[in-house]
This record gives sequence, C-alpha cells and structure tokens, in this order.
Amino acid sequence: MITTDICIIGAGPVGLFAVFEAGLLKMRCHLVDALPEVGGQLTEIYPKKPIYDIPGAPGILAEDLIRNLLVQIEDFRPTYSLGERVEAIQKQPDNSMIVRTNEDTQIHCQVVVLAAGLGSFEPRKPAVSNLEYFEGKGVNYMVKSPELFRAQKVVLAGGGDSALDWAIYLSEIAERVTLIHRNETFRGAPDSAAKVMELAHSGKIDLFLQTQVKGLGGNGRLNSVEVVDQNKKHFQIPADSFIPLFGLSPKLGPIANWGLGIDKSAVLVNTLDYSTTEARIYAIGDINTYPGKLKLILCGFHEAAIMMQSAFKFVYPEQKLSFKYTTVNGINTF
Amino acid sequence: MISIAIEKETGEQTLLEVPVDMGLNLMEVLKAYEYDILATCGGMALCATCHIEVLEGSEKIPPVSDAELDILDTMPATSERSRLACQLRPDEGMDGLVIRLGTFDEN
Repeated sequence: MITTDICIIGAGPVGLFAVFEAGLLKMRCHLVDALPEVGGQLTEIYPKKPIYDIPGAPGILAEDLIRNLLVQIEDFRPTYSLGERVEAIQKQPDNSMIVRTNEDTQIHCQVVVLAAGLGSFEPRKPAVSNLEYFEGKGVNYMVKSPELFRAQKVVLAGGGDSALDWAIYLSEIAERVTLIHRNETFRGAPDSAAKVMELAHSGKIDLFLQTQVKGLGGNGRLNSVEVVDQNKKHFQIPADSFIPLFGLSPKLGPIANWGLGIDKSAVLVNTLDYSTTEARIYAIGDINTYPGKLKLILCGFHEAAIMMQSAFKFVYPEQKLSFKYTTVNGINTF
Repeated sequence: MISIAIEKETGEQTLLEVPVDMGLNLMEVLKAYEYDILATCGGMALCATCHIEVLEGSEKIPPVSDAELDILDTMPATSERSRLACQLRPDEGMDGLVIRLGTFDEN
C-alpha cells in the first residue's frame, strides 16, 4: 500500500503542476496515469507542437513544457504509478480514501484530484470478430515485455511507427512475425518502413499489404488469425499472439461510474474550489466543467492553485492555512 | 450560409446550416451542433477523433493533405472517402456536401 496525502489521477501538465501547488502547502502527492510516460496529451499526441498561450513561456514546445514542469516539481518528490488505470476509489471509515488501479496497486490518501483530461488513453480496437474474447488469451494491445513473445508466432496489424518498430524488433525474438497492413504503403518513419520491406524481401518476416484482419480463431486460446486481401480472398495465418497497433484514444472509463456529477463526459465542479459532488474529490483541467469553462492548460494551472488551498483542511485538519508568496518564503521542500 | 447534409447509416439525412464567414472548420461546426465528437487534439490533425466520410461532393473539397493521410493511416477502419473534419473549412463551394460521421470512438 502506497501512503500519500493527495492522489492525483492524470500526469498531464495540470496534474504535474498540482504537485507544485500541493508541495507549497507541505502536502505530498502520488500520480497515477494510464500512459507509461508523464505528460498526457502533450507527450502522447503533440510533443513537437509549440504552445503559444503559456504565460511567460512563448511558443514553448509541448515536450519542453512537460520537461520544465518536472524540474519545477522535482523538490516535492512526487511518486508515480505509470501505465496503470484507476478503477475505483473506496471511502474509508475515517473519510480517507483508497485508490485502486487495474494492476491492484493501492494508494491510501486524504484527497483525490482528477486531472485526467479527456480520460485515460486506451488502445483503439479494430473491428475484428472475437477480439475481446481472446484478450489475455493471445490478444495484446501493447508490447510490455518483448520476451513474452520469444519463439511465438506473432501477427501484428497496423501501419504506423509502433507497428513497424515492433515488427522489426520482434523479428529477432519470435519464431515468426507477420505484419498485416490495410494500405499499399507505409506512412510511418521511412527508415523503419524500408527496414520492414527489406525483412519481408529476405523472408525474415511475412508482410501482407492491402490486407485486413477479419477474425480470430482458437479453442480457448488464440491459434489463428483470419485475414482478407484486396481481392476479397480469405485465409488463415497460424498465430500464438495477435497485436493490433492502431494508436490510442481517450476514454472517460471508470470515472463515469463513481457517482460524480457528470455533464457530457466532464465532471461538474463548484468553481469556489473545483470540488466535485463528492467530498474530498476534486477535478481540475480538461476533465471538469462549469459555466464559462475554457479548456486551456493555463486555466488548469489556476484551478490547481485554488483547489489545493481547499484540500489543505483535509490533510491538516488541526492547522490554520496561511497564504505565502514564493518570493517571500521560497519553496519549503520536503 | 451553406447546407451540409449528415447521413445516418439508415440513409436518413439531416441538413445543417453552416456559416462560411466565422472561420470555423467542419469539426467545430459539428461540435456546435452538439454532435458527439471528442476532437482531442483540438484540430491539429493528430488524433483522428473527427473522422468523417464524404459521401457526395468530394470534388468540392480540397484534396487530402499528407498530415491528414498520416493520421488516417493509423486508424483501424477508414475508406477512400475518409477525411478529418478539422481539416475542412466550409466555403461557398461546399454547399450540398453529404457526409457520414465516421467511426468515432464510442464513449
């Protein structure tokens, strides 16, 4: 069990800056994010795009903003559970809470902050019959540890960089790698595309272009992938594993089932302190909504500052909060 | 003001009045009409959550850009008629366009 003052769900820019605002008030934070890296959309979707409306950081690249935020909060020593999705929050008799993830990590905290943007990034699933039935029985949406695929017959589907990169990587480990791609050419990194073509040419991998996966077969465990080519010809490929790689898309996910007030996939908050309809649970950044809401990073930063002042009473019920400027007091780190 | 028709799977069409002088792209227009579009990236052609299919009037719209093709290519299901609504800016020439809302991720 991890013990902290505040559990922040979502390690995007707003979740990261919330660590700073909490730290100023001597509250410790643990962050949970479904992605394996911090930064949220900025890291996952647009790391190289400049952002023009961050005060005092004109035209900063998204990845640089995240890097700077990590430097800014370093002294407050946040801890992380990355690559895990929060499934449930359980209220305890003393009003504290236990946050549980899909990997069964448990975080005991006094306050929960939802800074989850548009929700957790989940793999896009192709329309393939029996796909969900074979999840955990041969279907994987990411390659967490490549060793698991050693000496296996692996079928990958997709045409982006991750499909190309894993086809190349797994060709060294797996018994056989087959790559299925809907189009005639790859639009991923030209070097990787050339390498895949070369591996296919020399017979190291099987490459099927203008082909799509239609269904999966097996008796309790995956043993074949059914594909259809541009001439509508169907055929079966023997497979121990099928890995569709079609990128990620955000989903509100379990948050929708926590009994919080929700309006159009966003969590309703009181603008006094960005508290939700549940005591000790706050929502800041793109995940929340209120009259006049603007989905801007800078608005999320503001919400984080206000929200942490309100959360103080739950972490230090005996103490009186006094507001201090960092220019006067510096930052008192842990 | 122009009209763009949204066609459902059933073939039923809904006509939308679309302003051409407000600097809106088609994704923003669809959002304004409260269609359930995530538009995660806000219109940078990076997330593909505003995927649509142009059923009639493809000659009325500019050709697909490289950035748009790149992202469409990463999606599990698209067709030759697929476009990203955020990359289309309605103008007078697009009057009468017929589109189908694409495979949005069901939330």
